[in-house]
Amino acid sequence: MTVPQDELARVVRDHAGRLAATLTHLLGDFSAAEDLVQDAVEAALRRWPVEGVPDRPDAWLFTVARNRGLDVLRRRARHREKLAQLRWPVREEPDDRLRLLFTCCHPALPRHAQVALTLRTICGLTTAQIAAAFLVPEATVAQRITRAKRKITDAGIPYRVPSDAELPERLNEVLTVVYLLYNEGYLSSTGDSACSRRLAEDAEWLATSLAWTLPREPEVLGLLALIRLHQARAAARFDGSGRIVPLPEQDRSRWDHAAIAGAGRLIARAAALGRPGPYQLQAAIVACHAEAPGFADTDWAQIVVLYDMLLTLAPSPVTRLQRAIALRHLAGPAAALEEVSALADQLDRYPLLHATRAELLRALGAADEAREADRRALDLTANPAQRALLEERLGGV
Amino acid sequence: MKYVLMFAETAQYAEELAAASDAERQAAYEEVGRWFAEHAARITHHVHLQPPHTATTLRRDHGRVEVTDGPFVEGKEIVSGFVEVEVADLDEALAMARSWPACPVVEIRPVDP
Repeated sequence: MTVPQDELARVVRDHAGRLAATLTHLLGDFSAAEDLVQDAVEAALRRWPVEGVPDRPDAWLFTVARNRGLDVLRRRARHREKLAQLRWPVREEPDDRLRLLFTCCHPALPRHAQVALTLRTICGLTTAQIAAAFLVPEATVAQRITRAKRKITDAGIPYRVPSDAELPERLNEVLTVVYLLYNEGYLSSTGDSACSRRLAEDAEWLATSLAWTLPREPEVLGLLALIRLHQARAAARFDGSGRIVPLPEQDRSRWDHAAIAGAGRLIARAAALGRPGPYQLQAAIVACHAEAPGFADTDWAQIVVLYDMLLTLAPSPVTRLQRAIALRHLAGPAAALEEVSALADQLDRYPLLHATRAELLRALGAADEAREADRRALDLTANPAQRALLEERLGGV
Repeated sequence: MKYVLMFAETAQYAEELAAASDAERQAAYEEVGRWFAEHAARITHHVHLQPPHTATTLRRDHGRVEVTDGPFVEGKEIVSGFVEVEVADLDEALAMARSWPACPVVEIRPVDP
């Protein structure tokens, strides 16, 4: 019996976080609950590929976690008692998983721990899968999780949805973690090994469940739209041999136009709430690209205006660089190069700056300087697909 | 849970306070007074320290004892006081620290039960 990896990931994701939330609520002990679920997930990943996914995977995970708890929590009589009384199906509190997410992404935890805890607790990834996704040793991930869990207990990090006054800031913390996960999944091409998970799909799933729970938070809708717009075009980003296809050359018929339209509706819903934010603006920019029938039809004027708004809300040199790239199509390569050069000091170690400079210099006929900039970009790039693109450019000129 | 909020001053904050007029300084003290009144039910103990020039530090190193002038960390942030609070969880302690009207750095640490 074989179970496809994606199917396995989907089933675990749908149930592990929910079970962790229920057990945390019941035991009042995040750390113990999280350990039990992790054991159950590991058992599932060992047995389901052989035995097949059970009819009720949630009941299966529950039973394994419960029995394991009765076994290992011997010394904690109160926990054992509560577990012993527990019968399937368990009643679920509607906010349980959201509460858990806010605990995992608490600002008192370091960012890498927020990411690891969210993946393990909410999405049901194993420590080994997280380590593989981020290319760090498994022991490092395990240690980060142990430390974070100790801090949650010892520092009294609560298990609840923040009050209205705290919500915007705390939600922003959660969105940052989801966005980071998405970027990691989007950029990495290490999704080949047997136990690997597609982080991009985990991020989309997280954003989707957040949008279900908090439908009136425009930045949640904005982030979901942004992720869906990237996902809708992901298939056309690489050619058959794994090389990056630049945007102007992408086959737009391979984009998922229904998903793009859906993301457009999400952006409109967010805008109607009247609280613009960085994720909504980024989604609107990507939508301008996604909705253009061809590269030449792109509404560059609109994109530059949106970048200006984004820079007002969230100034960043990387955003300025992206604005300069768009400006090229509106005001020409010389104007764009001037903007890019102004950022050279701040972004000296950022490969996209040099790759962009190279393109602009080439457009302006400065071939030698362009090659030099491409070489500098190559020196700074680790991603194999991006390296291949730069090497091709250097070889071809 | 019991926590200690450790308040720390920065050089910039000290300069601003020194440059303030008497009336401004008075207003700042009153704000601190209001903060204490507002959170009186949660505050179990508080201490305000004299400025860092009054500090003396004793350091033990392999049996040798050295006494030096000044606070133990020659840093940009200098502890100026402590408040011990009894609250439900870290978020409640954070909310208190957030509304603290004076010096700009607050470290929050749970107290050993």
